[in-house]
Amino acid sequence: MSALAWSLPALPLVAGGFLLVGRRWVTDRVAPVVGVGVGVVVLGLALWAAFARPAVRFRLFEGVPAGLAVDGLSAVMVVVVAVVALAVLVYAAGMVLGARFFGLMLVFVGAMLVTVTATDLALLLMGWEVMGAMSYALIGFWWRDAWRVEAADVAFLTTRTGDLGLYLAAGCALAGTGTLELGGLAGAGGGWRDLVAGGVVLAALGKSAQLPFSFWLSRAMAGPSPVSALLHSATMVAAGAYLLLRVSPLLEATGWAASVVAWVGALTALLLGGVALAQRDLKQLLAASTCAQLGFMVLAAGVGGLAGGTVHLVAHAAVKSLLFLCAGAWLTALGTKDLGELSGAARRYRVVGVTFGVGALALAGFPPLSLWFTKDAVLAAAAEKSPWLYAVGLAAGVLSAGYAAKALFAVWRPGGRAGERVGVLEKVPLVVLAVAAVVLGVLGVPQVWGAWGRLLGDASAPLPGVVELVVSGVLAVVVVGVSARWRVGEVRWAEQWFYLERAAGLVVARPVVALARGLARFDDRVVDGGVRAAASTGRALASVADRRIEPRVDGVVTALGAGARRLGSAARRPQTGQVHTYYAQAAVLFAVLVVVVLLVG
Amino acid sequence: MLSLVIFLPVVAALGLYAFPRPGPRVVSGLWIGAAVVDLALVVAMWVRYGGGIGYETDLRWIPSVRAGYHVGVDGLSLPLLALTALLFLACAVYSGGRSRAFAALFLALQTVCLGLFAALDLLLFFVFFDLSIVGMYFVIAGWGHGDRLRAALKFFLYTFLGSLVLLLGFIGLYLGAEPHTFDMVELSRTPPQVAAPGLVLLAIGVGLAIKTPVVPFHTWLPPAHTNAPAAGSAILAGIMLKMGVYGLARIAMPMLPDAWRRYAWVIVVVGVLSVLYGALVALAQQDLKRLIAYTSVNHMGYAVLALGAAGLGTAHVEAHRLAVTGAVTQMVSHGLITGALFLLTGVLYDRARSYELDSFGGVAGNAPLFAGLLAVGAFASLGLPGLSGFIAEFQIFTGTIGSGGAGGVVAGALAVVGILITAALFLGALRRVLLGAPGELSGRVTDLTAREAVAIVPLLGLSLVVGIVPRFLLDVIEPAAALVVSLVAR
Repeated sequence: MSALAWSLPALPLVAGGFLLVGRRWVTDRVAPVVGVGVGVVVLGLALWAAFARPAVRFRLFEGVPAGLAVDGLSAVMVVVVAVVALAVLVYAAGMVLGARFFGLMLVFVGAMLVTVTATDLALLLMGWEVMGAMSYALIGFWWRDAWRVEAADVAFLTTRTGDLGLYLAAGCALAGTGTLELGGLAGAGGGWRDLVAGGVVLAALGKSAQLPFSFWLSRAMAGPSPVSALLHSATMVAAGAYLLLRVSPLLEATGWAASVVAWVGALTALLLGGVALAQRDLKQLLAASTCAQLGFMVLAAGVGGLAGGTVHLVAHAAVKSLLFLCAGAWLTALGTKDLGELSGAARRYRVVGVTFGVGALALAGFPPLSLWFTKDAVLAAAAEKSPWLYAVGLAAGVLSAGYAAKALFAVWRPGGRAGERVGVLEKVPLVVLAVAAVVLGVLGVPQVWGAWGRLLGDASAPLPGVVELVVSGVLAVVVVGVSARWRVGEVRWAEQWFYLERAAGLVVARPVVALARGLARFDDRVVDGGVRAAASTGRALASVADRRIEPRVDGVVTALGAGARRLGSAARRPQTGQVHTYYAQAAVLFAVLVVVVLLVG
Repeated sequence: MLSLVIFLPVVAALGLYAFPRPGPRVVSGLWIGAAVVDLALVVAMWVRYGGGIGYETDLRWIPSVRAGYHVGVDGLSLPLLALTALLFLACAVYSGGRSRAFAALFLALQTVCLGLFAALDLLLFFVFFDLSIVGMYFVIAGWGHGDRLRAALKFFLYTFLGSLVLLLGFIGLYLGAEPHTFDMVELSRTPPQVAAPGLVLLAIGVGLAIKTPVVPFHTWLPPAHTNAPAAGSAILAGIMLKMGVYGLARIAMPMLPDAWRRYAWVIVVVGVLSVLYGALVALAQQDLKRLIAYTSVNHMGYAVLALGAAGLGTAHVEAHRLAVTGAVTQMVSHGLITGALFLLTGVLYDRARSYELDSFGGVAGNAPLFAGLLAVGAFASLGLPGLSGFIAEFQIFTGTIGSGGAGGVVAGALAVVGILITAALFLGALRRVLLGAPGELSGRVTDLTAREAVAIVPLLGLSLVVGIVPRFLLDVIEPAAALVVSLVAR
């Protein structure tokens, strides 16, 4: 069994790595075949793992066991990831993207699979960060355009800011529980539990582009459309929601973390819904709506609605990957993603248009499509905690009907021009995902819902009441109907995502860069200046010694020498070599001696 | 066998002079041959290593002060010996075509570095420590570029001053031991009763801090790197900086446990300061080589922080072990990654005679292999999981934060910000050199030659291996780290 737990993430990781380094053996023409082939096998493994529930434990670091395991939540996640990944890979096979693209995508998928099957913080963090790095490489895939690379930088740095929380959480978990096991986090003692929860929440909010981190998702649209379709549906952003759902007992245990998470999710759903409504660019609209929909999942995690949050994640993954792929198909065929220029796009490209229509209606919460029910499942769990949360969620639902309808009518409006063909490889995944977007609502059948709740270990999950379902359904229909007549214009500050990125630049990035420059100057002038000053002081002292002290010291020595010489020559004077002078000298000395003896004696 | 490993390179260096006028092929062949044999011997030692102090030799040397030729390997030194042998081999391959004197100097330097890590006697350690400074002085002064003489002189005087302070500390340890001895094993077994342990620790700490280097003793590093030849930078950063941190773990911690615990917070503060200051100053650099040089200050700061954290409190032994293991892993990891990065910047300089970030751009187009390796090196250096830097830094952070108490949490939380700043600066460097539109010098950058690739790829490949299956390395380090932790906790 452990081999299965290993091979599920290892296969795409190894295959992807091989595509990246082995370009000599795998040409750009073969790469899509390899990519799709691996995608099929991964899906097979994921389905097998969902039933077999493999687990493996091993030593990574001393004293803190690591492991991979598939439980109910992970089973759902691996299957969703594998399905969406395969759909996106098939779609991408119809584009001209090359081996590097498929390599990065497969590594990305492998990292996501590690993230959702890891049983401890260390391994989870490994998958988590590799996924971030791959998203960097995929967003900046067309690296010759500087603006795309900058967008990739923004995405990576923003999510990594959140990731710091996981490092902190890991340390605190070790201190508080003695291990890094995800399951044991809620039992951390003392203040450690709060620190762990804070770190995890920070990381998850960053990854799932919740407020105030949402702006990176806007920039992430610089990547190829299949990247958006994968990153912003079943992976990457979904990882944040997954993590919060995974640790919802921890959030609950702290008290404050659960409400913070619930409110951040609800407010993101509401405010980013407004942002989506204000867009004129289709991909930007979808990106903002991703943040908003993720907000529902985050809200679910905050109110302990494991079953509701997960079902929304699954249905949203199908819907949003579908919509992004449709937008990508038009972008390739027509060269535009501007809502104003997409008029008639749906009429000209019928398969794309119809599937997009299905996705948009599902996003709008149109009954009986999937998101209608799943959103209400989240709201039912929220209502148990607080009517205010329910109200904000309902308002956010109205906004989602609004922005979905805005996109829907923009592409179905008559007019427009013809473009290039959309190939069959692009169309097949659209149809499959559209079917999923429709039928996933079947989870709302009470018997199925019960089974779903048991699968996720949330058997008491509330079903949305009939009244709530009718209210939200009617609201969706009315809003869509109204939108057919009135189009919401672009509000500048909402279209610009509340200037969040500019604020982050102003508050964080620029001061840090200024500080860095200041420190670099400080380093050159003061720190190194001190060293240089020490050296030059040494040299100055040396020259003082050379010019002032040395001559004097030498002068003393010379004077001593001269004195000695003078004494010597004075002493030489009596040495005449004549006996009578020596005799005279001896006589004088003797006389002096006698006098001395007499005086002393 | 260990002595053979240590002295084989210098014998090969003398062998170079046995030929009357060797051609570049002979020089290169002999150099690489000696390095390969040496590496093979180290690998054999690794495979047959059975724990404790292995391959020990203890000969009389200066009996009047009880200093001996005492060498041996354990879990702290074995990974560094292997790193040394590998990195010197990479430099030998990279530097094909260099003169006989260059090869001989590097071979001699290899003996010095291996000897230092194997030394189990303070005087022996000190001799190798000083010889390494002398050797590197000649590398920079003789084969550097730019303002090389000045940089070499600064390097020499500054680190030599450090070594003198270090010697004072060693003498303090010698005098404190009863009977007086320079033998590290004896000094570790029974910590010397020094009159002023704080002062001795200060002397040893400052001496090693200059070599490491930590803030504020680091300013010799950027000019030394910028003006050194690529292979010299790789050795300086990859091997010689480790001597400082290695000395802390090998000498200061086991021999002055009380002082270490009392002043652990100072070490922690210095570590955090180096982490943040090094990263921030690196962020502002416009010169790729200076940028990487400053990230060394940052990366060594993590290791210093971890060793300091191991002295915080005594309750969380698990966390302390994790931290020390992380510090040793960081030394190996940084050697591999920074060695590779400096060789890659050497390629850039070789082609375009510049390290200026803004002179380049879009290099990934003309030099895809170079770009790929630089990107892997950069991500390894910013601590991406799957590469060795993460294995080291995750243990350091977890160990530091988990060491208990508010101090550990605050230090860890501050230090962890370092990986965000390094991410920012490396992504910026990648963007400005490799990606976007071509810059004025980009056209000159041709891709790696086979020789350069053979030198650099194994370093990053090993970083990847450590990042994915670290057990083979951690199995060696962990017992030694546990021993250090238990010695500090006495």
